Amino acid sequence: MSGESFQSGGDRFPPTRRSVIEAVRSIDAEERQLALEALCAAYWKPVYKYVRWRWSLPAEAAQDLTQGFFMEVLERELLEKFDPAKSRLRTYLRVCVDSFVMNEDKAGRRQKRGGNIPHVALDFTAAEEELGATAIDPAKIASPESLEDFFEKEWVRSLFALAVEDLRKLCDERERARTFRLFEAYDLEGNEKLSYEDLAKDYGISVTDVTNALAWARREFRKIALDRLRELCGTEEEFQREARAAFGWDTK
Amino acid sequence: MKFLSDRAVERLRGSADAPDLSGTRYRLLERIARGGMGIVFTAEDQQLQRRVALKVLDAPAANGDLVNRLLREARVLAALEHPGVVPVHDVGTLADGRVFYTMKFVEGQRLDKYIESIASVPDRLRIFLRICDAVAFAHARGVLHRDLKPANIMVGPFGEVLVMDWGLAKILRSDVSSASRETDSDETIFEKPKQPTISRDTTETYVVTGHGTVMGTPGYMSPEQARGDVEHLDARSDIFSLGALLRFLLTGHPEAASNSGGPRLDKSLAAICAKSTAASPSERYPNVTEMALDVSRFLDGLAVSAHRESIFEKARRFYRRYRFFILLIAAYLTMRILILLFMHR
Repeated sequence: MSGESFQSGGDRFPPTRRSVIEAVRSIDAEERQLALEALCAAYWKPVYKYVRWRWSLPAEAAQDLTQGFFMEVLERELLEKFDPAKSRLRTYLRVCVDSFVMNEDKAGRRQKRGGNIPHVALDFTAAEEELGATAIDPAKIASPESLEDFFEKEWVRSLFALAVEDLRKLCDERERARTFRLFEAYDLEGNEKLSYEDLAKDYGISVTDVTNALAWARREFRKIALDRLRELCGTEEEFQREARAAFGWDTK
Repeated sequence: MKFLSDRAVERLRGSADAPDLSGTRYRLLERIARGGMGIVFTAEDQQLQRRVALKVLDAPAANGDLVNRLLREARVLAALEHPGVVPVHDVGTLADGRVFYTMKFVEGQRLDKYIESIASVPDRLRIFLRICDAVAFAHARGVLHRDLKPANIMVGPFGEVLVMDWGLAKILRSDVSSASRETDSDETIFEKPKQPTISRDTTETYVVTGHGTVMGTPGYMSPEQARGDVEHLDARSDIFSLGALLRFLLTGHPEAASNSGGPRLDKSLAAICAKSTAASPSERYPNVTEMALDVSRFLDGLAVSAHRESIFEKARRFYRRYRFFILLIAAYLTMRILILLFMHR
């Protein structure tokens, strides 16, 4: 997928950020479709990387299975069966992926599926590059905790990447491109030696301007990430738990 | 879409975690703790040029329950002006939408850490009496703490004892400000989950049962609190927690040991602990003052109301209390006898 084609789906999702769980049960076909797109946008990369890692499948097979899985979600209405009182959506989807891959394997049905999930193009090449750049400890493969951890980590990465993309768009809309570049340089590129003073010098602005710009960008990033997260959770309780997981609050 | 490295994800987590203090008088210093409701940071009050503790919610809560709990905690603290209760300075909403309050920054140690350096039983009991003072004051103002445990007690550098974390407090009467009472609906704190589940936060404060969302800490929580018997909670529920706390101070464990292992507890102190932690509230001390009085009696070498002594125990206590005079009289009598014997020779 190209980032832009996904984002068009994300943007068209109702501005109230209604939970996808509620939206997929809507009688309005368009709302259902948009909810599924939002879900696919957030989860396709974690699912793809998980299938590659957990099932040690070649890229092509994992791509087919990832597309197949989201088609399955659409056709078999898997989200209708999800009960937020019993588990997190993230865990439920991971278990569904395992079950889907096993069934496909047993039935020997794995086949090349044409096309993408409507409105959500899947950029597997980029996902493959990311997978190559991700540090994986081979000693931890296949323990239940490591599977959950891996999926969670990739899900957080995907959530944050979507939020960063939304932030970039917001900055463009509000003519704050420089703010985004500061945020990118300081918070995303991970140069530990870079200081606010360095940025102020590079951009010809005061340190206070850098501080204010970064505070604004972080505040907006946080708000966008939490909004997206809320949309992907079934209940307020799940949202609070997932927010803790996403922002690492349980581990600090 | 840009790929985020592990380092970038961690940086985003860290930066998004920090509260946005723009527009406030505070400057963020460092993160110091995490509780069930939110995170505590230290910050500098730039106007008064002093360090404060700033407690802030994790996230802007959508349903308002957590907001109400944090605000209520701040208002309870504001209403309890006592040397044993940490004073609150300010409350508000940050630019990022999170509710916060600031309070005195206590530079001290948690009780469980502090007592590692206090070996003397009387010293430990004196600390306990100061905790009782603060709790008795809160009860007199119609506030139950409901989560008394060593982790929620701080001891300052000059030995001052502060009862912290009033987030689970229940307001019994309207002595406290009406504003805090407005948000003290049991529906806020005790909600009915659809099915029995168990969940814990990082401080192990929450236990969910099929009867209601019970808040407290296992080992320190009264049986009626553990059952979610909200209607009948009163001061005696906190007395149970104080009894467990006293036992922890004396033995290192909040619950009575089933075997004879561990430090041997004086019978009077064991009786105070047993009476405070009786399963039935009616068998406990009726109020904190009575309990503290029994502990003070023990410290003064007097009989405690929780324990009926045998003659032997009475004699032993009498001897301990008046040892100096008894030894003096004994020495005098011995000397007189020796003199008499010498003169009759």
